[in-house]
Amino acid sequence: MNTPILQMRGITKTFPGVKALQDVTLQVNRGEVHAICGENGAGKSTLMKVLSGVYPHSSFDGDILFENEPCNFSSISDSEKRGIVIIHQELALSPYLSIAENIYLGNEQANRGWVNWRKTNLEAAKLLARVGLSENPVTPVQHISVGKQQLVEIAKALSKEVKLLILDEPTAALNDEDSSHLLDLILHLKGQGVTSIIISHKLNEIRKVADAVTIIRDGKTIETLRLGDGEITQERIIRGMVGRDLESLYPDREPQIGEEVLRIEDWSVRHPQDYSRVVVNNASLNVRKGEVVGLAGLMGAGRTELAMSVFGRSYGTATSGKVFKHGTEINTSTVSDAIRHGIAYATEDRKLYGLNLIEDIKRNVSMAALRKLVKGGWVDKNQETVVANDYRKSMNIKAPSVAAVTGKLSGGNQQKVVLSKWMYSDPDVLILDEPTRGIDVGAKFEIYTIIAKLAAEGKAVIVISSELPELLGICDRIYTLSAGHITGEVPIAEASQETLMHYMTKEKE
Amino acid sequence: MSALRESLGFLTSRLRQVGIFVALILIVLLFQILTDGILLEPQNVTNLVVQNSYILILAIGMVMVIIAGHIDLSVGSVAGFIGACAGVMIVHWGWEWWLAIPACLLIGALVGAWQGYWIAYVGIPAFIVTLAGMLIFRGLTLIVLKNQQITPFPGELRALGGGFLPDISGGTSVLEWLTVILGVGATLALVIQAVKERRIRKKFELENEPVAWFATKTAFIALLMLTITFLLASYRGTPIVLIVLAVLVIVYTALMNNSVFGRHTYALGGNLHAAELSGIKTKVVTFRLFVNMGVLAALAGLVFTARLNSAQPAGGTGFELDAIAAAFIGGAAVTGGIGTVAGAMIGGLIMGVLNNGMSILGLGTDYQQLIKGLVLLLAVGFDIFNKNRSGKGGGISIIERLKLKTPPAADVDTGKPAAEHPVPVAAGK
Repeated sequence: MNTPILQMRGITKTFPGVKALQDVTLQVNRGEVHAICGENGAGKSTLMKVLSGVYPHSSFDGDILFENEPCNFSSISDSEKRGIVIIHQELALSPYLSIAENIYLGNEQANRGWVNWRKTNLEAAKLLARVGLSENPVTPVQHISVGKQQLVEIAKALSKEVKLLILDEPTAALNDEDSSHLLDLILHLKGQGVTSIIISHKLNEIRKVADAVTIIRDGKTIETLRLGDGEITQERIIRGMVGRDLESLYPDREPQIGEEVLRIEDWSVRHPQDYSRVVVNNASLNVRKGEVVGLAGLMGAGRTELAMSVFGRSYGTATSGKVFKHGTEINTSTVSDAIRHGIAYATEDRKLYGLNLIEDIKRNVSMAALRKLVKGGWVDKNQETVVANDYRKSMNIKAPSVAAVTGKLSGGNQQKVVLSKWMYSDPDVLILDEPTRGIDVGAKFEIYTIIAKLAAEGKAVIVISSELPELLGICDRIYTLSAGHITGEVPIAEASQETLMHYMTKEKE
Repeated sequence: MSALRESLGFLTSRLRQVGIFVALILIVLLFQILTDGILLEPQNVTNLVVQNSYILILAIGMVMVIIAGHIDLSVGSVAGFIGACAGVMIVHWGWEWWLAIPACLLIGALVGAWQGYWIAYVGIPAFIVTLAGMLIFRGLTLIVLKNQQITPFPGELRALGGGFLPDISGGTSVLEWLTVILGVGATLALVIQAVKERRIRKKFELENEPVAWFATKTAFIALLMLTITFLLASYRGTPIVLIVLAVLVIVYTALMNNSVFGRHTYALGGNLHAAELSGIKTKVVTFRLFVNMGVLAALAGLVFTARLNSAQPAGGTGFELDAIAAAFIGGAAVTGGIGTVAGAMIGGLIMGVLNNGMSILGLGTDYQQLIKGLVLLLAVGFDIFNKNRSGKGGGISIIERLKLKTPPAADVDTGKPAAEHPVPVAAGK
């Protein structure tokens, strides 16, 4: 059974300024379930996009052999013709169409342009039976749960006579029961001769289904572990995922930690659409004056959801729990309440949620605290310019003037505008969600310096980041989140990438 | 030489604002020639102002609603409804004008609050709510008027639509002096304000317009205002409604530029999520915008009724379209976040001059509508074309774009959405 179905050799993919994949090698044998592991941003999704033709053949270097034939895909439909089907993390179903319509979307069962509904629904029902879903094929997709929608995606893949099924984080959005059902299905399909590649952060799942694991780190293949070669243990995988030196530079700082500023107790949040999913579960944490606290967790662990729900219930429903500031309970149920109590939250997606991209720097800087500029009922625009100019200088925002439109700035400078905005609101607690995402190395150092300066000024800072070295480099204490639970609280002296990754992948008992 | 290039570069970067102004001038010149000079005769200029005043009043509220990313289709019906209310109050019930006018404005506010509630707090798109409002308030107009017009109105109310400031010379002078004093005064104030603004910008190291352009522009606007003053003064003086309009333009320009409310309006139109996450109470702002629109629609209804000296069942029909067109021709963005009161006024004047000029030429409403439609399409099409050329960055001019050999910085740095292509941790190592 050890004949390779897929060989990828020497894959190198470059984005402007960034090498996303470097000489990556991947061999998948026929009939196996092959897991791909790596940190957020290691290059797993990019590799799968290369394989499925999302990135056309001409845009990367290296060879792909599928069933011993070279592949030169220029679009997804080319790879699908060969039997390679990818299911993305975000489901690509149309909520208002029926299950059967979704399965045959773009591949309609038609005679001379007219849809054959009888055939569509009959064939769909057969496919649903194969994935173990007992739903009527005419049910609109929005009426079934996310877990079942995931199965519809797989049925859709089966309709295309799939030989190699790629699942990108298939269980990230599922509850435990749906997850285990999905994993059983993958094993079941393996019995029917379907080879699968599964990308997952959940190491226990990988141990359950995978015959082989390939670990990718920083765009390079680290190793492939096969079941026969000895046991695949969680520790072994973690070592492969994080085995990297802390070589980036972080500013030196002498933490001056004072009394507790903010405490969150028993915080629980449910998914806004899928009420049954508890996204944050009984989380408690605190942050002290002058302290930088990290919040580590893999994708879908609930970090952003926790932060946004504390910041004015900006995420989720049925939120419960208490927030204390300086020991007194405070109400943060609207964003303006949260800001009034001295909390600031800089979002991970600054273009979508952080900035008004069609406005200039000064108007973005003043946006969260415009009332501070009011004199005699009118906004003092001169003062606004002075304030924005001060931040432009102190934060080193590279722009011709504060009248420059923020949409034209680079990512690093945009982030500095966002930080300026929140600094001007004069918070006691700053929550920074992925403050260095999409920013080049030089600008990252500047952002770290700003964070260090904020802490030195006595602010309490919470940093959410997917990059463990970053957290280790700038934090005094790190909380780990896994599946909505706080699974660990590690002082920086005891923290290492291995211990953090251990807690981040820990499942609740 | 470099000054010239600087000016040219500046003009291109402001193509939209400059273009709309030039378009207005060209249209005026065109009709001045086509109508053998009738267009700019004192009497006709006065007519132009009075005829368009209610559309311009509506356009002020409309551009604010559009900046916030909404729309209001009901203003024509609301104006008609308020006209009907005024008719009933003043003619049937015999109320004094000073009581009826505030009462009508209050009804306008209530109408706006009604629509604002559905839009801001229930979350129904403004398009739907105001489409319903268009039907509801037209229906109410017919009910209140019992399908018959109400007329005549007392002189005090009619003055709002067709009255003039008193002639202080007592009719002995060729020029109406009060108008001259007001016109010259306003021109001086405007020039002083412009120079002051420029000094402040310089002081705070903000980009300034090239001197040559600034001088030309200011001189031109001053000249224009003085000309209009002269024309008005040599007919019957300053229409009262022009004073009302001038006050509204000044107040609302200040409100949109310098008040927390105005700035929040731009913020929520530019990026609703970012505004919410910055603590802006977006629902309250939206609600207030529609209350404001209701009041302005009521005022427009009063002016219109006063001018016609009758409240009519079909009064105000189609006003919403002219007001919306004025805002968009004046540079407001369909997606929100962009637009100015002054722009909407120029947009409204373009529509007004087209209407007036074509009427003088004896073109029927058929051709008038055809041409107005094409002008709207061209104006917004020009906008989109300009924007596409300058990339998605937001406001990069064509010239700047051509100068750049590589895409603008924003695209290099974050051109790939983070969620789709995770950036490797070791970026650039």
